[in-house]
Amino acid sequence: MARIDLVDLAHTYGSDAAGAPVFALNPISMTWRQGGAYALLGPSGCGKTTLLNIISGIVRQSHGKVLFDGKDVGALTTQQRNIAQVFQFPVIYDTMTVGENLAFPLKNRGLGRAEIDRRVGEIAELLDLTPDLRRRANRLSADAKQKISLGRGLVRADVAAILFDEPLTVIDPALKWELRSKLKVLHRALDLTMIYVTHDQTEALTFADTVVVMYDGAVVQIGTPEELFARPSHTFVGYFIGSPGMNILPARVEGRRAEVAGRTLALARSYTTLPAKARIEVGIRPEFVSVAPPAPDLATAKVDRVDDLGRSRFAHVRLGEQRVAARVPRGVPVGDEVGLQFDPAQIHVYADSHLIEGQRVEGEV
Amino acid sequence: MEKIPNQKAWFLVLPVFVLVAFSAIIPLMTVVNYSVQDTFGNNKFFWNGVGWYQELLDPSTELGGRFFASLWRNLIFSAIVLAIEIPLGIVVALAMPRAGKGVAFSLVVLALPLLIPWNVVGTIWQIFGRSDIGLLGWALNRLGLDYNYVADPIDAWVTIVVMDVWHWSSLVALLCYAGLKSIPDAYYQAASIDGASRWAVFTAIQFPKMRHVLVIAALLRFMDSFMIYTEPFVVTGGGPGNSTTFLSIELVKLALGQFDLGKAAAMSIVYMLIIIIVCWAFFTVMTNAGADHDRDQGQSGGKP
Repeated sequence: MARIDLVDLAHTYGSDAAGAPVFALNPISMTWRQGGAYALLGPSGCGKTTLLNIISGIVRQSHGKVLFDGKDVGALTTQQRNIAQVFQFPVIYDTMTVGENLAFPLKNRGLGRAEIDRRVGEIAELLDLTPDLRRRANRLSADAKQKISLGRGLVRADVAAILFDEPLTVIDPALKWELRSKLKVLHRALDLTMIYVTHDQTEALTFADTVVVMYDGAVVQIGTPEELFARPSHTFVGYFIGSPGMNILPARVEGRRAEVAGRTLALARSYTTLPAKARIEVGIRPEFVSVAPPAPDLATAKVDRVDDLGRSRFAHVRLGEQRVAARVPRGVPVGDEVGLQFDPAQIHVYADSHLIEGQRVEGEV
Repeated sequence: MEKIPNQKAWFLVLPVFVLVAFSAIIPLMTVVNYSVQDTFGNNKFFWNGVGWYQELLDPSTELGGRFFASLWRNLIFSAIVLAIEIPLGIVVALAMPRAGKGVAFSLVVLALPLLIPWNVVGTIWQIFGRSDIGLLGWALNRLGLDYNYVADPIDAWVTIVVMDVWHWSSLVALLCYAGLKSIPDAYYQAASIDGASRWAVFTAIQFPKMRHVLVIAALLRFMDSFMIYTEPFVVTGGGPGNSTTFLSIELVKLALGQFDLGKAAAMSIVYMLIIIIVCWAFFTVMTNAGADHDRDQGQSGGKP
């Protein structure tokens, strides 16, 4: 069990023609709390697996330091760091039984027979693998194999952290929920630091207390699922989290007014000092855009398509050149003209994709 | 949907039947025909029933004696060659670089012996080993070793075994290398996290994953070494004495040297049956060891 600190950590796999390093992972400094459940969320190729492999020691970082409980682990191997890692595809030792698989890490560390049996028994109980202990591991289904991979990590006493690299990729959707809730239970029961890499926002948001969103080699936001939804600090976060993602519209912002596609929207906060020459955009989640009958004081848009998600419906409408998603009630016909209402409190302003804090206006919420 | 009976598809298989008939079945039946008759040329045949077979399988007769002697030589040769080439191939494959420029280089170097025609391999070693002008033979004699494959049966065997190892270990190595390359990195990473030693990585990951290609390698090497003809024929001509006379060489002596077509045909049939039976037994045993694995591959991803 350990707190993990990343200090000015960065990684490059090579340099460009001019000799400047090309970062697969841009410099970051952050702390992973002991006992925290973290998700590392981002699209494929954003550097999240690189970050994970640096923490576990599979990849040696080119810059910066990784500290476990304040101790630099740069020189330590994966094994010495006492990390457990579960990979995308179940890694099991084909020729061994489930029990032998679980015992493997302990046997390699030279533990006694009795101690091994006791630990294996405990972990098998925890993972519901007890009935399968004597079976050949390769006869089990993919989800059981993933449990074995996880179990090989848990079976060691005092694992510093458990890292998951998209562990549910090959699991049946129905079993994903089950396995994920199992992970939550384990997390609560064992008080272990868990870092879970995924590109699936549902997995990330349901698993983690803290979600670390990565984009293009950089960490763009660290926050609770709630924060990521309500105040995305980067347009990517807004777009990537939520379905459909946040509407990001090019705008001209002055004071408490934003001009979008020729219409002026009211803002809840005031923006007086925006960076010069920056690309200004406003973002608003579809949940906070509603439709009304066309009226002179509303932006008029044309409905292109309505997606019925069962519990809610989202219309994709065209506002001038812009496409906007909006939450709509049942029965909005495609092709109709509608008026759009934006909730001013939920409009965020971004300069070059980064959130700009507006000034609160006196006397308003 | 109603199924319409359509037997025309059988015509599509016809070319294969014709081809197999002319390439395998008809020649084979000719051999069977010879094996139950006696002939002295002039296209005159006398019925002999299973006479040749009885003689062949009875070690006390001249024919049977020769047959069993060369069969034993063949089995011993195959066993030695397999026992050396399989472990050696595995070791070479493990030592090969997994990425970088060295890969292409080592693949080319390994493939070289495989590209040389068999009789050329024989000729190379025949000259290489000669004690008067051959580099190896001359050097060994200069070092004080009494090496002469023409006169000493042991030397002849060593020469042929070393030649075969030189010629064919690459094949085993290349097959094993292909097997090794197919192991995802995650296995090695998991093993290092689990604290596995180099030996544990080999026994828990690499060997099990190589098992399938090893079956193929062992089968290929058995069949090839059991049918070996060209190389010993070129190097030793079956000598000294009969010490390197393998079944195939014996067969040629019988059929083309003595023109005993009936005996030779009977021997060919038995020879073929041995190969088929040994390969079948071998294949069954080796694949049964990994059968659960294959079944599971089909199942994985399914429900528990």
